[in-house]
Amino acid sequence: MTQRPLTERPLTERIPADGTPLDLAGYREAGGYEALRTALADLSPQDVQQKVKDSKLRGRGGAGFPTGMKWSFVPMDGSGSGSGSDDGSASAGPKYLVANADEMEPGTFKDRLLMEGDPHQLLEGMILAAYAIGASQAYVFLRWAYREAEQILRRAIAEAEEAGLLGENILGSGFDLDLHVHVSAGRYMCGEETGLLNALEGRRATPRAKPPYPQVSGLWGRPTIVQNVETLCNVPHIVARGPEWFKAISNSTDGGTKIYGVSGKVRRPGAWELPLGTSAREVIEEHAGGLKDGLELRGFLPGGASTDFLTSEHLDVPMDFDSVSKVGSRLGTGTMIVVDSACCPVSVMVGLERFFARESCGWCTPCRDGLPWVEKTLMAIEAGFGRKEDLEHLEMHTRLLGPGHTFCALAPGAIAPLGSALEVFREEFERHIEQGGCPYESARARTGSQAGGGVPA
Amino acid sequence: MLSDTERSEIEDEVAQYPTPRGACIEALKVVQRHRRWLSDEAVHDVAEALAMTPDEVDGVATFYNLLFRQPVGRHVILLCDSVSCWIVGYRRIYEALRERLGIDFGETTDDDRFTLLPMACLGACDHAPVLMIDEDTHRDVTPDGLETILERYE
Repeated sequence: MTQRPLTERPLTERIPADGTPLDLAGYREAGGYEALRTALADLSPQDVQQKVKDSKLRGRGGAGFPTGMKWSFVPMDGSGSGSGSDDGSASAGPKYLVANADEMEPGTFKDRLLMEGDPHQLLEGMILAAYAIGASQAYVFLRWAYREAEQILRRAIAEAEEAGLLGENILGSGFDLDLHVHVSAGRYMCGEETGLLNALEGRRATPRAKPPYPQVSGLWGRPTIVQNVETLCNVPHIVARGPEWFKAISNSTDGGTKIYGVSGKVRRPGAWELPLGTSAREVIEEHAGGLKDGLELRGFLPGGASTDFLTSEHLDVPMDFDSVSKVGSRLGTGTMIVVDSACCPVSVMVGLERFFARESCGWCTPCRDGLPWVEKTLMAIEAGFGRKEDLEHLEMHTRLLGPGHTFCALAPGAIAPLGSALEVFREEFERHIEQGGCPYESARARTGSQAGGGVPA
Repeated sequence: MLSDTERSEIEDEVAQYPTPRGACIEALKVVQRHRRWLSDEAVHDVAEALAMTPDEVDGVATFYNLLFRQPVGRHVILLCDSVSCWIVGYRRIYEALRERLGIDFGETTDDDRFTLLPMACLGACDHAPVLMIDEDTHRDVTPDGLETILERYE
């Protein structure tokens, strides 16, 4: 692979090495809030939208939807720009911007890094995004487990309010924005865009039927944009340095860098900001230091629990949205989970499907009833009670729970790793069934790692 | 009945949302903070404060996995059993905890000190295995290191 001379890390370069969060003074010293000042003084909301569209920024939460295009669906007739229109119509009220900070995709820990290290970057991104769509109310939807991030964000919000960067008449521009933090009470479903909106409204986080899409009718029936933390953190840099620069720091046709992560039995698990389109090999071997001694790569989930397994033959695939799709998986959150040669793939599947079965919100039948069935079938195979027809049964579920059969993407996400595991690790499943048990059991007893099949949850 | 403190904290939350029911989750969290878990009485209290029916509030209370609709101990251990921790050694931690505390998932020790629950990914996968006790995240947990961690929670 040829190394590009330009390796920029706009999202993470300001994060202090000592682990303390960057405060307002430090952020400003490093050029922070200059993009906001410029935008409010010289750019119209449509100009900001156009820059984001031209930058080819795609959502970093998993789905990879083009950000600028998403914003363009928000009605800009002026009815939502103030604190609420006073024409008395049923649709009166503000527009909303929501930062999706519910990072609950297993194996993902990138947004935590951004919020704990450089909270004002997220706030500036949110203020710019709100300005671009004419939103006057904003929420950070934060997962409960991120206690440190909550404290850091609340402190940053107080600093920003004090400095006139939030609230009424921001920097004298006439633009108003209130920003609230909502701390979730848990459930993977809250990361799903419409489930998140229901949770913010104080309801069960079940998905909503689309259309209407949230961009038109979201929070309390008002136009709403929900955007992942990493996505929003890119916005100040796009506004400050321009779409052309943003495209130039990427190794793919989409713009920007990506925070890639690696977890599993590698030498140096962690997260690194690299050009979008960096190969999995570079991330896993160079940055994560490769597998620990004596272990080999058996496969990896490229972007969280709900992505299809890739194998060593895919190591040179550029980790960008289109390239990963082309080989049958998804970039997802870009945080890779490595399955090593000492690790039983069937056991890993038990763990994965247990998670999805537990987190299913129960709204639609295929997901609510199908996933526990899948989990139990996998547990039986792992415990030595598998039968040959179980594999056909699991394959049937990969179809029944696939796209188009459920309200939201939880079930399709849940069976993505299963469908690929049945192909990639076929022999492992068959060995379990033929031998009447897990071939890794003796090794496991020795090392004590991984769960077996019969653990009650 | 809600205490004055609970009522005033709930009112602060209601002010953050366009409708009272928007604050339902926050209100339940307020009551849980004071009473440790959400009894039928707690659900009724919140319903009354937000002008919702008890069934509506219960629908919310039973949905979220950090709202406890059954009694829990003084400290709640949330053990991550998601994929990265699963691969790196969640099982060893689970077995050590079970042995040390004499309880399984969903149970509370006889002295009311600890409740053990499985938890979805805690977002610290580069330091797996991970668990949380109350508000604290513990990273790179080992079976041998558990005792030192548990000692901090009386």
